[in-house]
Amino acid sequence: MKKVLLSNPLILIGFAIIASILLLAFLAPLIAPYDPDAIDVKSILLAPSVQHWMGTDGLGRDVFSRMLYGARISLLVGFVAVGISTIIGIILGAIAGFYRGWVDTFIMRLVDVMLSIPTFFLILAVIAFLSPSIWNIMIVIGLTSWMGVTRLVRAEFLSLRNREFVLATQTLGAKDARLIFTHLLPNSLTPIIVSSILGIASAVLLESGLSFLGLGVQAPQASWGNILTDGKEYIQFAWWLSLFPGLAILITVLGYNLLGDGLRDAYNPRSNQR
Amino acid sequence: MLKYLVKRIFWMIPMMIGISLISFFIMHLAPGDITTTEANFNPKASQESRQKLRELYNLDKPVIVQYGLWLKRIATLDFGTSFASHQRPVFWQTKDKEGNVTLGMIQEALPITLLINVLSLLLIILIALPLGVVAALKQNQLPDRTITLFVFIGFAIPGFWLALMLMYWTGVQHNWLPISGLNSIGYERMPWLAQQIDTLKHLALPIFISAITGLAGIALFVRNGMLDVLNQDYITTARSKGLSENRVIYGHALRNALLPLVTIFGLSIPGLIGGSVIAESIFAIPGMGKLFIDAVNMRDFPVIMGILTIGALLTLLGNLLADIMYAWADPRVRRGVAQ
Repeated sequence: MKKVLLSNPLILIGFAIIASILLLAFLAPLIAPYDPDAIDVKSILLAPSVQHWMGTDGLGRDVFSRMLYGARISLLVGFVAVGISTIIGIILGAIAGFYRGWVDTFIMRLVDVMLSIPTFFLILAVIAFLSPSIWNIMIVIGLTSWMGVTRLVRAEFLSLRNREFVLATQTLGAKDARLIFTHLLPNSLTPIIVSSILGIASAVLLESGLSFLGLGVQAPQASWGNILTDGKEYIQFAWWLSLFPGLAILITVLGYNLLGDGLRDAYNPRSNQR
Repeated sequence: MLKYLVKRIFWMIPMMIGISLISFFIMHLAPGDITTTEANFNPKASQESRQKLRELYNLDKPVIVQYGLWLKRIATLDFGTSFASHQRPVFWQTKDKEGNVTLGMIQEALPITLLINVLSLLLIILIALPLGVVAALKQNQLPDRTITLFVFIGFAIPGFWLALMLMYWTGVQHNWLPISGLNSIGYERMPWLAQQIDTLKHLALPIFISAITGLAGIALFVRNGMLDVLNQDYITTARSKGLSENRVIYGHALRNALLPLVTIFGLSIPGLIGGSVIAESIFAIPGMGKLFIDAVNMRDFPVIMGILTIGALLTLLGNLLADIMYAWADPRVRRGVAQ
């Protein structure tokens, strides 16, 4: 593990980025110089300065403090949404890959159908029928992004299913559940982890996009996406309102992608030639 | 080829049924039923239009019957009437007494989105193809590293943020490009050529934004495809035959590396359509994405359902087209399936 981490500087960079953002988000109440929701009419739209590192917004709230609390939202949405999609993906993929036959066909058709509906439209439609809130966002992103994991787990199971150690365990009379949970799943874990890390990256992007459109995290709760929405209103006089949240999203997503991609390369012997 | 085609088209039937099931399910997600609770969000949903909606979806009948009738309805692409504009959401033209034709809402919006997407696909090909090839040929050297960095940033950059920044830079700060709408004021009185230039100027930023978000993936795909192909035996054969390196790369390797790209373009259609929401809503372009987000904000359910279904159908058609092109370009595919 250590060797893998050190083998590729990109993994280290990605890991460092994610770790620092996690730390900042976790320590937000300690670091944040102001209450993120405190409105101060005397300091509206101030440019970045020593008092306000990232300036203030249209209601005089400190952007740096809001960014810190926004980081919590981004990370939370990413983790929970991907948690949901990974669990669904593992269950469906395991069933499809293990039992094959008509169950497999059915699940794979379901995957095809889900992939043919533009995800962003699907999410927006569901949110229109429910109501935008952080929990709904996480659930909806989770429920609309399990297809990749399902395919992945199924493929892993199909290739492991006929390996000697699995056949041997089966011959010894192991139950299906034991085969799945102690042999097949642990052996498929690496690609699942890699795809989860990459999934968090796209969930963060999705959440910020939804919040930007006003259909994600609702004000006054801060999220990088809805700070940007304010930024759009004031783009002519307050560049800092749009620049910082955008950069934060970019760096976070970049971090997850570097980490995920690096791990995939490190564990996948085929890509060693790259 | 014909056999493959027929098979592939029949394949779409279960997919369409699946799509209809999912959209039917989403419609029933709303707490209570869609005519009572959630429609209250929409100030324009009068008692009368709610009653119409209830009849339209046969909400008083059992669920199975509801689904059957829903299926029958969407088979004819009839999604009812928009709450907001009393237009038909999909392709239905209506004529009033004076003979004025009103187009369906998607009928108006779709060509605009298609135009943006086709042009941005062209832009993607124009940029991503050379980048991918160069990266593969200079593997692990400076050009490759630079392009890979660019790819990573391309994956991570939020499209709406880039759009905002470019809008500020080119539109507000420098006044180079118009920042909203499809046409300038006085468009009707311009000569034909000026009209085209005007539209293109309005579309330049949206096209660029949708291209950027798709660009990274395609460039990476071309690069990895080229690397795979360059390791194949037939490339070694081509080289040992004494062909020039240009012949080997552009005649043998690139053509094979490009084959799967057809499928990738087919698969990227839902992403492109979905991505249109952000670009179109930022630049106020009256396409599918803007229509959809407006409908979502107004809780205009007939329009939402219409766009969702049409979007999925378009994706299916895109995939079909991609598969046909792939089979046409690669005999292995159609033979493999025909057996």
